[in-house]
Amino acid sequence: MEMVKLTIDGKPVEVENDTTILKAAKTIGIDIPTLCYFQLKDMNIENRPGGCRICVVEVVGRRNLAPACSTNVAKDMVVNTHSIRVLNARRTVLELILSDHPAECLTCAKSGYCELQTMAQQLGVRELPFQGAQSTYRKDTSPAIIRDVDKCIMCRRCEMMCNDVQTVGALSAVNRGFMAVVAPAFEMNLEKSPCTYCGQCVSVCPTGALTEVDHSRNVINSLADPTKTVVVQTAPAVRAALGEEFGLAPGTLVTGKMVAALRRLGFNYVFDTDFAADLTIMEEGSELLDRLTRYLKGDQSVKLPILTSCCPGWVNFFEHNFPDLMDVPSTAKSPQQMFGPIAKEYFGKKLGIERKNMIVVSIMPCLAKKYECQRDEFKVNGDPDVNFSLSTRELAHLIKLANIDFNSLPDEDFDNPLGASTGAAAIFANTGGVIEAACRTAYELYTGKKLEKVEFDELRGLESIRHATLDFNGLPINIGIAHGLGNARKLLEDVRAGKSQFHAIEIMACPGGCIGGGGQPFHHGDSEIIKQRAAAIYREDAGKPIRKSHENPFIIELYKEFLGKPLGEKSHHLLHTHYFDKSAGTFVDE
Amino acid sequence: MAKIKLSERKLQELKEVCKSFNNDKGELINVLHKAQSIFGYLPAELQEVIAKELNVSVAHVYGVVTFYSFFTMTPKGQHPISICLGTACYVRGAEKVLEEFRRVLKIQVGETTADGKFSLSCLRCVGACGLAPVVLVGEKVYGRVSPDGVKDIVAEYNN
Repeated sequence: MEMVKLTIDGKPVEVENDTTILKAAKTIGIDIPTLCYFQLKDMNIENRPGGCRICVVEVVGRRNLAPACSTNVAKDMVVNTHSIRVLNARRTVLELILSDHPAECLTCAKSGYCELQTMAQQLGVRELPFQGAQSTYRKDTSPAIIRDVDKCIMCRRCEMMCNDVQTVGALSAVNRGFMAVVAPAFEMNLEKSPCTYCGQCVSVCPTGALTEVDHSRNVINSLADPTKTVVVQTAPAVRAALGEEFGLAPGTLVTGKMVAALRRLGFNYVFDTDFAADLTIMEEGSELLDRLTRYLKGDQSVKLPILTSCCPGWVNFFEHNFPDLMDVPSTAKSPQQMFGPIAKEYFGKKLGIERKNMIVVSIMPCLAKKYECQRDEFKVNGDPDVNFSLSTRELAHLIKLANIDFNSLPDEDFDNPLGASTGAAAIFANTGGVIEAACRTAYELYTGKKLEKVEFDELRGLESIRHATLDFNGLPINIGIAHGLGNARKLLEDVRAGKSQFHAIEIMACPGGCIGGGGQPFHHGDSEIIKQRAAAIYREDAGKPIRKSHENPFIIELYKEFLGKPLGEKSHHLLHTHYFDKSAGTFVDE
Repeated sequence: MAKIKLSERKLQELKEVCKSFNNDKGELINVLHKAQSIFGYLPAELQEVIAKELNVSVAHVYGVVTFYSFFTMTPKGQHPISICLGTACYVRGAEKVLEEFRRVLKIQVGETTADGKFSLSCLRCVGACGLAPVVLVGEKVYGRVSPDGVKDIVAEYNN
């Protein structure tokens, strides 16, 4: 690659010739403001429509201002990123964007996290000089995501996520000019679209146009009701990100403080989804071994590869796009949904708490979990196994609302029995983690030997599609891993075409896995944050005295006392599920 | 949105159109163009078929249909009326002619009369500026139309 020298704000810089002015400036510590531009480095995720024009800079000798995000450097170029002309133009651009944006900052769900608000602050906008018509649209509430597109600034980040990264195709830019907006086909409700509720659109939306459905109020009401026993479960990924909301460095593990905060919020029992993750491994791992042994014996009815089914975004995705392969994923419920019936039917009954008096709340890095816990098959006589699912962000709000000084909390432990977990459960948060956890257990159960080194390094990393062959005592096991639904689609198409060589495939809908979930604190395009969270999760695993799910003493007791054996009748009833074909066009009413 | 019933024959015809463009997603605009010339408009169901054939999302097809003013999701009338609003026609009073059509037909631009007979649209210059203001009904051109003449034009097709 040819290198070119240029000058930005009087500073010399040398970069490869296909670099944009924006990136060249960044290398010498000049941070040109952007709004529509978005990038997750190392994950092949970039949005560069050149639409908002906030990043305009002056290039000496060029007649008009140049958008830094989509103008490449050239030899001897002289760039000014904050000349008077640039500053005036940039502010006018922002004022024009604001002229068609509701000035509702005080009550907006995104206030304090909004990139448009930050930009207005940064550029010193103190009045709104352009008063005119504002485009208004119908507000659309789905089970997990709210679209309030009056606040859309057409940066099209969500469209990029939904189409290029996730290949879901629920959202597209529609109409033109003043009426242009991002919407599902025929401007129908999101609920009628092929949306998987992965929430990646919410993750990247700079404004309050896309937000999660907030269930905090329901949880507060439940906690205030003396007739209810309120039980909480926390997903593995939450403890690696929650601290960010309280100013802690990304990758700070706050497991103990999180437990302490939940207790102070008034939850009667603070349990762990990690416990249910260990349970998932018992069921899913056994299913993998069962299918594998039957397959090796020549049973033609067995389908391989087996696909993990922990991720509700992924489940929605294959129900919409691969209904012909519905017998391929594991029938094991996700950890969230395994926890619900165990809490209500086992723990509750043991304590003599009636089902109607128990409320199960989950804290999830995920928005699809909000939809998952509302699915009809996860209810008993209308009572959901998991009543409410809050995102990591909502929990942070709740903690602030309750005047809890998070950072000065002591570390506390989860309650038993549904709070005990192993390192295998912790790594569910990372891409590759579920399959690594499954392999730790499957290896020992299959070979009858002790696994000397529990880390399967070959399954780790952030590469979009990974594969590895593990040695199960002479039997090679081929593992595939994908994170991001677009990558999942590629593996699924191979399965459909009969070309897949894998015995087992792990899929997580979000880039990086649950640590990059749609309900996590906003990363604003900083992939370093996701990497730090991943590292924290592996530290959590390494610090656990027990690191294999089948060695969790409370899991062993649960099977002995209540469930019987993995894939047994009780497990089948409480811990396994079935899938639905959602591929039929749902846009048009019958 | 009511579901229209695409006949098997029409459905086949639509799939043939997609096939003639090798089911290439890059040819979406051409496919839509052709489909509209066959069906007269692009209802939701038709867009769903095209999306499936070209392996793109329905949202994307809808995005393209709503971006280009040429594409329409409402059926055109039996006699589509177009009023030229190009410069020459405009200065010679085309807007008043348009106003009169709206009054007589009781529809807005882009709409179709309840009996499905007429639809109203505007266009920019048909290259007959000498005849300004110009009105097209189907493929027939009417020149030097005055607001007074509107009723007679409509009457021609109302028998």
